[in-house]
Amino acid sequence: MSTITQYIADKQRIVKEKVLTKREAKPYINPYLGGLLLGLVLFTAFFITGNGLGASGGLNRILVFFEDLVASDHVDRTPYLLNMAGGDSNPLDSWIVFITIGVVIGGFVAGWLNGRVKLETNKGPRISKFTRWTMAFLGGAFMGYGARFARGCTSGQALSGGAVLSVGSWAFMFAVFAGAYALAYFVRKLWL
Amino acid sequence: MAPFPLILTNLLGHYGAYLVYLLIGFAFGYVLEISGFGNSKKLAAQFYFKDMTVLKVMFTAIVVAMVLIFTATALGLLDYNLLYVNPTYLWPGIVGGLIMGIGFIIGGFCPGTSLVSAATLKVDGIFFVLGVLFGIFLFGESVDAFDVFWNSSYMGRLTIPDWLGASTGMVVLGVVLMALFMFFGAEQLERIVGKKDARQAPKLRFVGAGVLVFVALILIFIGQPTNEDRWNRIAMEKENLLAERAVQIQPAELLYTMHDHKLNLVMLDARDEIDYNLYHLADAKRVELDDIPTLIPGFHLEPANTVFVIMSNDEADATEAWKLLVAESVPNVYILEGGINNWLATFGNEEEGIIALVEGDNEQLRYVFGAALGAAYSSADPDPHEYELDYTPKIQLEMKRAPISGGCG
Repeated sequence: MSTITQYIADKQRIVKEKVLTKREAKPYINPYLGGLLLGLVLFTAFFITGNGLGASGGLNRILVFFEDLVASDHVDRTPYLLNMAGGDSNPLDSWIVFITIGVVIGGFVAGWLNGRVKLETNKGPRISKFTRWTMAFLGGAFMGYGARFARGCTSGQALSGGAVLSVGSWAFMFAVFAGAYALAYFVRKLWL
Repeated sequence: MAPFPLILTNLLGHYGAYLVYLLIGFAFGYVLEISGFGNSKKLAAQFYFKDMTVLKVMFTAIVVAMVLIFTATALGLLDYNLLYVNPTYLWPGIVGGLIMGIGFIIGGFCPGTSLVSAATLKVDGIFFVLGVLFGIFLFGESVDAFDVFWNSSYMGRLTIPDWLGASTGMVVLGVVLMALFMFFGAEQLERIVGKKDARQAPKLRFVGAGVLVFVALILIFIGQPTNEDRWNRIAMEKENLLAERAVQIQPAELLYTMHDHKLNLVMLDARDEIDYNLYHLADAKRVELDDIPTLIPGFHLEPANTVFVIMSNDEADATEAWKLLVAESVPNVYILEGGINNWLATFGNEEEGIIALVEGDNEQLRYVFGAALGAAYSSADPDPHEYELDYTPKIQLEMKRAPISGGCG
């Protein structure tokens, strides 16, 4: 019996190593080249569809879809949620949801091709994994809250609105950098 | 009319259009990953001046996309009016941005990059995505408590050229130069703080910078299309519509449209203030021809079922206004046939206090009024059930082309 469990464990470890850490991670591309490619993607999105890019809107709708399953009455009574999922309307029936799904697939494929799909935690050297996970969740909560507050995230507001010269998007972009730089010194233990 | 952006749902159907968005999303996620945006350490290093990848990628992307967009609009390939420009809610945007800045430095991602990180199995990325969902949930539950602030300082579709009163080309050049200056600063900081050797960076980046500046200079020189340019491009086709009288609706159709709850009717009265005060249709808004350019962005934000009807005393002034709107790609714009004079001939003939004149010049109000009651005359808002009028229906709701919700809607 123990040999079988041992065998399975070994197999699992081998599969894990083979699949998840098979290749050396390739280096990232030059940031200016990355920016050029991202700019081309952004331009193509605007040129073909009239819309820019986005991420938080898709996450929002996916969340509201589940909220609607669990508490449909509540969604119908909350004006902000009603817009997306009131009555019979399906919050997933939106272009932004498909962008979001595409981002996940695209990110995975890029990571896969470059040997960077690996179960790991990126963190500063002075904190535990658990601290990193807690702070990631907390930071994510701030980010999600702020993104809805500002009607857009870094992609939907800063990138997209920035490229078409929206005043609000530029004000927003500087606010994001200002907020992060203002706090950076005080949380340096997390990263340095 | 500029051929782009496309009306994807008309070309490819509902789900075909979604496939295009899926592909765009794929490319977006792919580029984020190969730029290193799935790695929180690389993102956070930005805020300690060690690795300025975030700034370089973001601003390169913005200036490249911006230069291409405004080149395409200048060449008449792309219609800027039909692009989604995030509406400005100044203070909610700034407050939200500061909250996001806090989230960025604590959590190490923004929503888009965390998706890429989670997709490549980074555990911190997965926790971040869960946090984002939780934050969005909290926002949905709490926004009703401060929705006055959340909807404050609304400035509509406000662009930097409008705000500064500068030409688009000048602003594009300014943004390009600002970005190059920031890249220069970023490379210095990386050299000093991050101990990176900038000499190893490819020389090609100077060529790229040169190209961006050069194109921006050309954009200043050729300028963006004016209303007149835009009209000239579509004049042939649209003059035909006018000549065939395909867009001049009869008073009866306007009356029934006023009472059609499926349509959002916007009536624009292009006459002077005196005539407007004497008599105007209920809910008609007075607009000066000169003010129309500033009203266009607002017209594009009207819901998809909006029909615009323009009127003057006769048709000449309304037709001028119609051209201004149509040239700016405002959909579903019609002219009241025969103007207010024709309306009064149809509905106001027997009303007390309104007397028809036998003759008058073109674009002159050929009625005299007992008092300047504006829309208080009963013929300004007639009961559709009292009339049985035949008319040739002309209003056809066209698919709206300008997106009304952005990437985070």
